[in-house]
Amino acid sequence: MIDARGLRFAYPNGVVGLDGVDLRVQEGERVAVLGPNGAGKTTLMLHLNALLKGTGELTVAGTSDAKALRALVGLVFQDPDDQLFMPTVREDVAFGPLNQRVPDVEARVEKALRAVRMRDFADRAPHQLSLGQKRRVAIATVLAMDPKVLVLDEPSANLDPRTRRELIETLETIDRTLLVVSHDLPLAARLCERSVLLSAGRVVADGPTLELLADEPLLAAHDLELPEGFDLTRLLRTASPRSRPAASASGP
Amino acid sequence: MSSLRESGVVGDSAIHRLDPRAKLVGLLAVTVIAVSSAAWPVHAACAVALLLVAAAARIGPRVIVRRARLILLPVLLVALFARTAFPPVAAKATIGTVSAVLLGATTSFPDVLHALERLKVPRLLVLIAAFMYRYLFTIVDEVQRMRAALTARGYAPRHALQVQAIGRVATALFLRTYERAERVHLAMLARGFDERMPRLHAPAFRRADALFLTALAPLLAVRVVA
Ligand SMILES: Nc1ncnc2c1ncn2[C@@H]1O[C@H](COP(=O)(O)OP(=O)(O)OP(=O)(O)O)[C@@H](O)[C@H]1O
Ligand SMILES: [Mg+2]
Repeated sequence: MIDARGLRFAYPNGVVGLDGVDLRVQEGERVAVLGPNGAGKTTLMLHLNALLKGTGELTVAGTSDAKALRALVGLVFQDPDDQLFMPTVREDVAFGPLNQRVPDVEARVEKALRAVRMRDFADRAPHQLSLGQKRRVAIATVLAMDPKVLVLDEPSANLDPRTRRELIETLETIDRTLLVVSHDLPLAARLCERSVLLSAGRVVADGPTLELLADEPLLAAHDLELPEGFDLTRLLRTASPRSRPAASASGP
Repeated sequence: MSSLRESGVVGDSAIHRLDPRAKLVGLLAVTVIAVSSAAWPVHAACAVALLLVAAAARIGPRVIVRRARLILLPVLLVALFARTAFPPVAAKATIGTVSAVLLGATTSFPDVLHALERLKVPRLLVLIAAFMYRYLFTIVDEVQRMRAALTARGYAPRHALQVQAIGRVATALFLRTYERAERVHLAMLARGFDERMPRLHAPAFRRADALFLTALAPLLAVRVVA
């Protein structure tokens, strides 16, 4: 589905954002992209929509055309205030489908808002929502475009525990290729069977999430750590019957 | 910024459900009629019309006074010192302000934006107004956070030199707003933005809207006769 080879990108001020990233993601896979601040996670995400263009190769479902990429890959930005720019929630969710000129815009808006349990808020202005609600609407704006791949940047940042849990539950029900950029290791463990560790613009580890999270020296070397008292072994036990083989996950 | 938050639609009524274009045109007409005339019968007729609209919309005097005084007090003060006769100026200002308050209390800002757009106001202007509405609160929040940060570190300007910090805050705010604009633009591109703002649905102009405008027509007659 996603195929990146030797992706390199430097910002105009000379800061290297990506320093040769290789990443392959199969259809239906759920992958966590972990890494410390400034690792290049957001930079990588912007490449998936051709909002930044580095050297190297990047294709999604075989294409690298900007317009096609934006239809295939839905980005949920780090700050929902950046994502929600229309005067009402409904119009914001409709923005993408209207640009795609699909016929069933209203139905898509309804469906997307229902998926994140925000249907009753359709006529509110975004600034009248709480942060957790804004995040959910931000996810709906992308779901309404029916992308093959959903990419979320720090979806759990600044959420209270309950809203965070609800968000995880919402994401668990979304059945498509998922890339979650996060520092929230427990969230990665719950949602994604595979994790990629990005550091200083390179992929430094790539494997099953639980193995990666069990590797304390690796995490420490890249400024990551599990929360105090977090019991990985418990997750191991509960996760095994639930974990699904990537290939069986059916995209929409 | 409690005054900012003290805006928005109050209640629900037949007036609330009118086409925003009808309300915008109707209430604007009341203001124009009042401002363009110095005759007191015209002002009285406009005031009566506004009272009727307020009654039909079930907007109480408390709401109107609370919202109108924000604008009206300074305007009236200026009028008091102007050399022109006070009563007609005050009447014009009051009618104009109350019209705006009634529009705001019965029509959400997004609806006003749509009305402007459909009344063929240049898109760019409508777009600017829409973004201002969307980000005004975000920017106000940012200002408040910065102010809190200054105060938390003991900033309490006593003389002019200390005011320097405000300049830096203004710069920081400008940069943050600029960066935000850049990120919002990216987010718009990511969802297929192609320089044209798409529109969801257009409310239809119905009989009730025509009735509302017809009901305001006698004002024009008063204006012409007076
Ligand atoms: N607009 C920009 N201009 C210049 N440099 C930038 C810009 N955005 C990011 N960078 C730099 O590029 C590098 C990678 O940034 P990126 O935003 O991808 O990190 P990240 O992994 O998303 O970090 P975080 O976890 O803090 O969100 C950082 O060193 C950062 O300082
Ligand atoms: Mg980031």
